[in-house]
Amino acid sequence: MDIFLQQLINGIVLGSIYSLVALGYTLVYGIMGLINFAHGDIVMVGAMVAFTVIHLLSGSGLPMFLIAGIGILAAILVCMAVGYLIEKVAYRPLRGAPRLAPLITAIGVSMLLQNLAMMIWGRGYLSFPALLPAISIPVAGAGISAVQILIVCASAAMMSGLSFLVKKTKLGNAMRATAQNREVATLMGVNANAIISITFIIGSALAAVAGVMVSAYYGVAHYDMGFILGLKAFTAAVLGGIGNIEGAMLGGLLLGIIESMGAGYLGAITGGVMGSNY
Amino acid sequence: MMQGAKLLEVEHVSKNFGGLAALSNVSLTICQGEIYALIGPNGAGKTTLFNVLTGICRPDSGNFRLNGVEMGGKKPSAMAEAGIARTFQNIRLFSNMSAIENVMVGRHCRTKAGILGAIFKDRATRAEEKSIREKAAHLLEYTGIARHAHMLARNLSYGDQRRLEIARALATEPLLLALDEPAAGMNHSETDSLGTLLEAIRADGITILLIEHDVKLVMGICDRLAVLNFGEKIAEGTPTEVGKNPHVIEAYLGGS
Repeated sequence: MDIFLQQLINGIVLGSIYSLVALGYTLVYGIMGLINFAHGDIVMVGAMVAFTVIHLLSGSGLPMFLIAGIGILAAILVCMAVGYLIEKVAYRPLRGAPRLAPLITAIGVSMLLQNLAMMIWGRGYLSFPALLPAISIPVAGAGISAVQILIVCASAAMMSGLSFLVKKTKLGNAMRATAQNREVATLMGVNANAIISITFIIGSALAAVAGVMVSAYYGVAHYDMGFILGLKAFTAAVLGGIGNIEGAMLGGLLLGIIESMGAGYLGAITGGVMGSNY
Repeated sequence: MMQGAKLLEVEHVSKNFGGLAALSNVSLTICQGEIYALIGPNGAGKTTLFNVLTGICRPDSGNFRLNGVEMGGKKPSAMAEAGIARTFQNIRLFSNMSAIENVMVGRHCRTKAGILGAIFKDRATRAEEKSIREKAAHLLEYTGIARHAHMLARNLSYGDQRRLEIARALATEPLLLALDEPAAGMNHSETDSLGTLLEAIRADGITILLIEHDVKLVMGICDRLAVLNFGEKIAEGTPTEVGKNPHVIEAYLGGS
């Protein structure tokens, strides 16, 4: 088996998930200059909600793709609501406060979400059901699984949809205007609060899908899975230039490939001093 | 002097910043179709009055009416919807968006499509977005910067940035266009052609409120003007009347 090609494929799959999460960080940062540390935990909420819904429906006799679809849809809707509420309850009262205040609040919201999730879904690892049959398509000595193909295609579709929304629509125009100068945008009749809410809702929807992808890929969901994932996605967003949408996509992809190559080669390169645990 | 119906009535507006009275008890009336200028030394409260009129700050007391509707203390987006648009003394464009996109943002308060339209792209939304783009292109033509439509706003020359601010303000279809020092930093020929543009805007039925230090421009195009000094209105009238007013001469030249 070709290790390089295999790791490249794995890296692209991982990277497209990071990109989706990184977009949430970058969108919110672009519009209000806030690093929303709770974003990673929204990913977790998405995974957990999908887990619960799929679990509940699994005995109903519906076909698996339909169950998975309902699970993803439920995750998206719940995450949108959670994202909207977080912004409304936690960040909106701090509009105009020094920047450190919302940042600390974001860390607080992250802890709150993790602990709530622990109370609801417990402390253990939940084994996430396989959404697609475990088939592997051979490609030049490496293999691509059905889940991997789905992850990459869905990510690409959502990212191009987002690009189109931001660049070519009236809503996107208003979002970019609000990001560049909120006060002047309101003078043009843009309702800045509504734009900020919509930004959180869009970011949370992407996070929900990323959460389902990550859990379906690794087969587990856990109440603090959002922490490390969020940190990596945040790194990807910074790598691409935070606030920059294409940057977040590329940063995520690059980070995924680097991580996967590292896992594949670091042990060999360093003679076993550093292994895939880095 | 044009005497139309009363468009803007400012009544006893006061605004303090800490102990400083930026505006004290200012009243003035602007009629439909006028070019009305606001002059006064730096720090006289001119820009504060603009901020009150566009909802950026609330008056401490007093109120103002646009076409008879009480407006004091409303939000900036509501002011835009009611028909007050402005430009800024220090240019505030969306600098990383192209010229035409800047103007398209200005159409926001006159168009309806929301998030669902943006996602599903139904026929009404597509038609609306087409009309937004056409209207924006027309306004760039009107203000004389159509050739720069796809340049980023920050790469435009200074004079063109000022014109772009005017085009963006016009995109909100204002009844009252408030211009904060539009000729600042312009040379003579640029100032002259700005004067021509303002006359054209007025001829299209838009009332103009103008803050300007360029005395030649002000005296040349305005119908009436008010003079502010330390937050108080010290004179009002036609350019000739105001030019003879002893209070004005004292405020500008310092007198004993």
